[in-house]
Amino acid sequence: MSKRKRQGSELTRFWNRYRRNRLAVFGLCFLTILIIAAALANVIAPEGYDVQNYKIKFTSPNLEHPLGTDYLGRDNLVRMIYGARISLSVGFVTTILGTAVAVFIGMFAGFYGGKTDNILMRIMDIFLSIPSILLSIVLASVFGGGIVSMVLALSLGSIPGVSRMVRAMVISERDKEYIEVARTSRASDLRIMFRYILPNISSSLIVLFTMGVAGGILNASTLSFLGLGAQAPMPEWGKMLSEGRSYIRDYPYLVLAPGMVIMLTVFSLNMIGDGLRDALDPRLKGR
Amino acid sequence: MDTILEIRHLKKYFDTKAGMLHAVDDISFRVARGQTLGVVGESGCGKSTLGRTIQHLLEPTEGEILFKGRDVTRLSKKECRDYMKEVQMIFQDPYSSLNPRMTVKQIILEPLLIDGEKRSAAEEKVRRMMETVGIDPRFENAYPNELDGGRRQRVGIARALILEPEFIICDEPVSALDVSIQAQILNLMMDLQEKLGLTYIFVTHDLSVVKHISNKIAVMYLGNLVEYAETEELFANPSHPYTQALLASVPTIDLKKAKQIQVIAGEISSPINPKPGCRFAPRCPHATERCFRVQPELHEINADHSVACHLLDKGQKGG
Repeated sequence: MSKRKRQGSELTRFWNRYRRNRLAVFGLCFLTILIIAAALANVIAPEGYDVQNYKIKFTSPNLEHPLGTDYLGRDNLVRMIYGARISLSVGFVTTILGTAVAVFIGMFAGFYGGKTDNILMRIMDIFLSIPSILLSIVLASVFGGGIVSMVLALSLGSIPGVSRMVRAMVISERDKEYIEVARTSRASDLRIMFRYILPNISSSLIVLFTMGVAGGILNASTLSFLGLGAQAPMPEWGKMLSEGRSYIRDYPYLVLAPGMVIMLTVFSLNMIGDGLRDALDPRLKGR
Repeated sequence: MDTILEIRHLKKYFDTKAGMLHAVDDISFRVARGQTLGVVGESGCGKSTLGRTIQHLLEPTEGEILFKGRDVTRLSKKECRDYMKEVQMIFQDPYSSLNPRMTVKQIILEPLLIDGEKRSAAEEKVRRMMETVGIDPRFENAYPNELDGGRRQRVGIARALILEPEFIICDEPVSALDVSIQAQILNLMMDLQEKLGLTYIFVTHDLSVVKHISNKIAVMYLGNLVEYAETEELFANPSHPYTQALLASVPTIDLKKAKQIQVIAGEISSPINPKPGCRFAPRCPHATERCFRVQPELHEINADHSVACHLLDKGQKGG
């Protein structure tokens, strides 16, 4: 019982620190609304995202279609909401996959140092030298395009950078005295890595993760814009952006909606990352 | 005398970019069961390295470590794990030596879980151990940063003792604590020694602490053992010039006795590729030409007192 009480107060303290950053709170609200909308897309718009109605194509925003309709008379708001599903899940899935692999690579490289470090980091350097768009094109030609190859390409592309950062965190943690204490308790290397070092770098990892999701969404939009990611009629935000591009002079709302939402989402995630970093940093805890 | 640990010609060198760093250079001594050996020296003299080498956190470069008559340096992996169970370490800084992401209970439990103990039995042991070292059970789920230094060090002691070792290496266990708490922790350690029959190697730079707790004292200077004696004998009759200077530097509040502080001139020289001869010679007020040429060997001046100094070879006291 006492444990729950203590954890509760820990969470409250955390929230109080997080709350100080107004933009981070805004980011959290925006992202929450987005996630709820994406999750309830079927309830909000049961008719689906690809109902075409040529009679009402290129309708300007009005009460019935708050964000207007596109060149096939599809409701833009509905497509944005369904698009949130794809964009958000692509962002999260790529980052989860990429970070998971990167944590392993960075952990081993940083923990063992020397040859292991050198080999792993040189491999990462090679990956780093391939532009992620080029990698996506290659993967798309191998796996036949679409969301899956985009997710694979993006997570592969995120590994080198993140593993480098994880490595740096591990190195700064590795020589601390409590690691030596763990050795006198005869803890195995794996135990030290994942029960001692990992929890101690987790706060930085969380920050890295939120920023990574933002980058993932942005990159997914870029790839879809170029026609490499989501394929029609999927309503991915980047895809919508590229479809609206041809009509930008006469119907700018077609580009404005996805553009603004991408921008706001990425901004929100970055702000959340900032807020988390400030709230999780033990030096700012003020105890 | 029942020897539990004997060290023979132990050397630990580190290969650094600047050259070979002689952290521990040819040290031999014995520790009797149930006794405390104090290892004194200024910072950088290799006393912590000595402790870590005995604990087997570091592989010795040369020499033997005989624990209960068996050479630890030649153990197989499995035997080595058993050895590490019998020898444990208490660390200097209770602020950095406890995992900040584990609760007090998890920290003390950890060695038992690694040892493959059942959780319920292990938790019972932890409860008893917390009582033994005087940590209130309400701190069970606290994180280290919620405790003060004294309590943290109690956690560190509990963690070291939970595997029921016979031999404890204490690496400056009280030097990071407030003076008022130092006494508490020292008394706790002495009580535990009596109760559990522990043997201590007590590494420190604090002479008053070492006088309080040790049976024997080894004085180290730049990786060498310069003097090794019973505690009373050493304080009554310090023979090496370095020890004399060290003892003279202990602050006193007795005005009548206030002696002139004997300052050790110069700085500690580099342990990297040390020059031949006595390591202390450059700072020694009595150094002769021979001191710079030949390294003095440790030899007995009486039954419980050995010194490594040329000045005493000729039967004359240095100082």
